[in-house]
Amino acid sequence: MYQLIKQIIKTGIKTDAAPLPDEALRVTTQRLHEEILHVFGSALNIRHVDAGSCNGCELEIHSLSNAYYNIEGLGIKFVASPRHADMLLVTGPVSRHMVTALRRTFDATPEPKLVVAIGECACNGGIFCSNDGSPDGGGESYASCGRVANVIPVDVVVGGCPPTPTAILQGILTAVSAQKQ
Amino acid sequence: MPINHPNLHLTQLAGAIPAWSGNIKPGDLQPICRNVHDGGGRLVALWGSDDREQGNGYSLHIALVNEAGLVCLSLSLPAGQPGYPDVSSIFPVANRMQRATYDLLGIYAHEGQDHRKWLRHGAWHGGSFPLRKDFDPAPSRTDDADNYHFVQVEGQGVHEIAVGPVHAGIIEPGHFRFSVVGEKMLRLEERFGYTHNGIEKRFESMSLQQGARLAGRVSGDSTVAYAWAYAMAAESIAAVTPPERALWLRALFLERERIANHLGDLGYLGNDVALSFGFTQFWILKEQVLRNNGALFGHRYLMDSIIPGGVAADLTDPGKRTLFEECSLLEREVRVLRGIYEEHAGVQDRFIGAGRIEPRLAAQLGLCGLAGRASSQAWDTRVQFPCAPYDQLDVQMATYRNGDVAARVIVRFDELFESLRLQREILARLMPGGELSLPLEKLPAQGFGAGMVEGWRGEVLVAVHTDTDGNLARVHPHDPSWQNWPAVEHAILGNIVPDFPLINKSFNLSYSGQDL
Ligand code: SF4
Repeated sequence: MYQLIKQIIKTGIKTDAAPLPDEALRVTTQRLHEEILHVFGSALNIRHVDAGSCNGCELEIHSLSNAYYNIEGLGIKFVASPRHADMLLVTGPVSRHMVTALRRTFDATPEPKLVVAIGECACNGGIFCSNDGSPDGGGESYASCGRVANVIPVDVVVGGCPPTPTAILQGILTAVSAQKQ
Repeated sequence: MPINHPNLHLTQLAGAIPAWSGNIKPGDLQPICRNVHDGGGRLVALWGSDDREQGNGYSLHIALVNEAGLVCLSLSLPAGQPGYPDVSSIFPVANRMQRATYDLLGIYAHEGQDHRKWLRHGAWHGGSFPLRKDFDPAPSRTDDADNYHFVQVEGQGVHEIAVGPVHAGIIEPGHFRFSVVGEKMLRLEERFGYTHNGIEKRFESMSLQQGARLAGRVSGDSTVAYAWAYAMAAESIAAVTPPERALWLRALFLERERIANHLGDLGYLGNDVALSFGFTQFWILKEQVLRNNGALFGHRYLMDSIIPGGVAADLTDPGKRTLFEECSLLEREVRVLRGIYEEHAGVQDRFIGAGRIEPRLAAQLGLCGLAGRASSQAWDTRVQFPCAPYDQLDVQMATYRNGDVAARVIVRFDELFESLRLQREILARLMPGGELSLPLEKLPAQGFGAGMVEGWRGEVLVAVHTDTDGNLARVHPHDPSWQNWPAVEHAILGNIVPDFPLINKSFNLSYSGQDL
């Protein structure tokens, strides 16, 4: 026990300052009315859904919980059920085998809800899909529906392969701050 | 010769590891597999290819490994009835690979116990096969539900718990069906394929260089291992050896990937037994490794750092100093944390005895990699078949007998320290200057090559076949999770439901790597 406490004291506080929201990340106009904004208050519950990623984006979402990014310190929590969530954080191109699960998760999330698409794949299908099909990318294949917006409505997209934890955090804060205006 | 069999004529493949290839007849498949099995060898991978454009029907390919090296055998199958003798009766681990090969290519094992689909859910019809060259995605589309037949356990008080595909944590999707009595688990059945993205089909439309990027995204946490195995396969076909500096840097990247993942897992294993202190501490260390990767090599996970022909990132002298300092820091801190884990009664109480795989069962199941070594399966590609520069590094393999969560934790600690030692050694030997890569634009026609690399989870294999123009005709990436997932079904037997997350984490297997 002595070693454990000594280690905690020696480690100190590692947390970096949180990034500012970035309006450029927003892809939809404000979907939600001002009167429901206070619902979220200053705490946010997130449900993560991997809809077909390579697990690279998940690594960075895990990193958000480390002492440097300290996401819980900002009042943001990952929850086990979509029914407890305000926001879905979706990674990967949506594989056809995950479409039903993703739709059901979306439907189970109470209104008002936000969706943030994390990573190149979630934004436009990424390397798994050929992007020459449709004019604005988001290509499909026999196994994949491409970008998340092809399956459920998306509020904010965060590119990068994988995006850094700071970029993900910025995406989350952008989605939330839009509601606060 | 690695395998002695009268009908077997093997040719040695060029390249970094001892590997051979050869063609066999259907009647010889089982005797050869039996021969390798009885000699202590294992099945690494099984895949198929559509060779009808060359007028040849289909082929089944298997990769076997024994103490002499890797042996890749091919079996031609008639286009009309592409069946082959069942291999899963000799190597049980072949079961899911055979079923997946049927789902994707329509070649099937005669006999065999289990003919249920594996990778296919509802996205395409049972009668159409994505990896056939004439596959047309449009008419094959369905939105059918999965309809998979789980095995049912009956008896008084037995009930089922269905978990997934969307899990309660930040995890990849997969389905687990538990049959339980009270808290005790009687049976677990896994159902995967949710993240099937059509990776193997995607390779076929890619150039050699694009393929390297895709290989590095089969399973994102093992990007270095996959990119190296892919490059190794390509370099084997082209019969070229990358510059020495590139090889040393590749080994540095691979060990850094192992360090980062082991740190992360050790943190989560503490977290799963309610010691959140462990998570906090180990993830501070992991973040420092990732930040150093980002600052020195341009990517936190080292994606796209390895390319066919060499590497795409270099290390400067100041960078070297940073990494030496990182080594000292990690060695010091991890030693303290290991002491805390070992002396924490609550932690040890949960670790010891949970999710045990006895060595005998591990051998039967063909368990490999880290989990295999925790159950006495002494296989480590860096030790048995050390490709350059591992031939100069004398890697010490970590093995343990107990096969429980505690053993998998100990192996992680041992390997972490060994990787830090290797990192020091590599840094000391990495002389300034020298080329980073040699030009490798295109591969020779109708070639075959295989690369095998010991990733942090286990051995990663990538096989590459080229067509008559030297383009990628077929690329098969194989994840060690194919071998180890079935073992999780055994590991949980008799344990209680709340220990499943801990046991599962102690293996930490890939979903995307096996869903492809
Ligand atoms: S964006 Fe990159 S890291 Fe994220 S899932 Fe796609 S390939 Fe993997």
